[in-house]
Amino acid sequence: MWQFFHKLGSPKWFFGIATRFMPWLLAIGIILLLAGLVWGLAFAPKDYLQGNSYRIIFIHVPTAFLAQSIYIMMASAAIVTLVWRMKLADVFVKAVAPVGLVFTFLSLFTGAVWGKPTWGTWWVWDARLTSMLILLFLYGGTIALDRAINDEKSAARAVAVLVLVGVVNIPIIKYSVEWWNTLHQPATFKLTEKPSMPVEMWVPLLLSVLGLYLLFGWLACLRMKTEIVMREQKTRWVRELVMAGRG
Amino acid sequence: MAFDSFSAFIAMEGHGPYVWACYSVFAVLLVGLMIWSSRHHQAVMASCKRRYQQQESSTSARPKQAATFARVEVSQE
Repeated sequence: MWQFFHKLGSPKWFFGIATRFMPWLLAIGIILLLAGLVWGLAFAPKDYLQGNSYRIIFIHVPTAFLAQSIYIMMASAAIVTLVWRMKLADVFVKAVAPVGLVFTFLSLFTGAVWGKPTWGTWWVWDARLTSMLILLFLYGGTIALDRAINDEKSAARAVAVLVLVGVVNIPIIKYSVEWWNTLHQPATFKLTEKPSMPVEMWVPLLLSVLGLYLLFGWLACLRMKTEIVMREQKTRWVRELVMAGRG
Repeated sequence: MAFDSFSAFIAMEGHGPYVWACYSVFAVLLVGLMIWSSRHHQAVMASCKRRYQQQESSTSARPKQAATFARVEVSQE
């Protein structure tokens, strides 16, 4: 177990594993996402209440889901950075923060466009929407803080603390639809209950969530590899790898 | 198929603009992020390679100067 933990912390070992898995993540991710979206757009039955505008759910839910789960992953990596000073954990936080920012923006944007025909407004300052906006600022804040500090180690520690402070926002997002009276509808998926929508609607939704998850894995591997090459360019193994044109 | 015709599919009973706006922004940002990230990776790899090659040529082209025992004359003034 500990040996595995140390291996996982080694950038060289990670680089090899990531290179091996990336084509699979990309291929299966694209297939699942496309299948989910085409099914959702053209074949799923229309919602009896919201009509066809509900088809936005097939991108709104995956991006919102990823936006929150990327933040939870970043917070776990932040703990690892602070406690074990593992280099790879900090590389992860730095590499995926922009991806989280884009997904959070997408979930807010699709939510606003969905809100117009459904609620009659683009935006309301209610709990779910506001806490999601705070998540967007948290992602922006971690990126800005990392760029503002030149020293790599102090930047890693400062960013880790910021990410951990911001994690209080995650349960607020999750339970906002239950704690407060909001316009936003309650969660579509719950682990403990059967989905409240028919099979023809939630299977494509599940496919697009899984597909986007795999594509996120691909993006994370790629961006972490870039970061590793930049940080470790003085080492012999990166030199050999770059000169051989691998990676 | 949930729609009778292709034009009905595009129109989505009046919700077309909303649905298609979301899907196009999603596609542009996701594909853009993927392409941008992989181009950035290629650029970083290429610039590293260039730097390594420069280092190699600068160390191999000019062989290290052999040590000499020539005395440096101190000015007598």
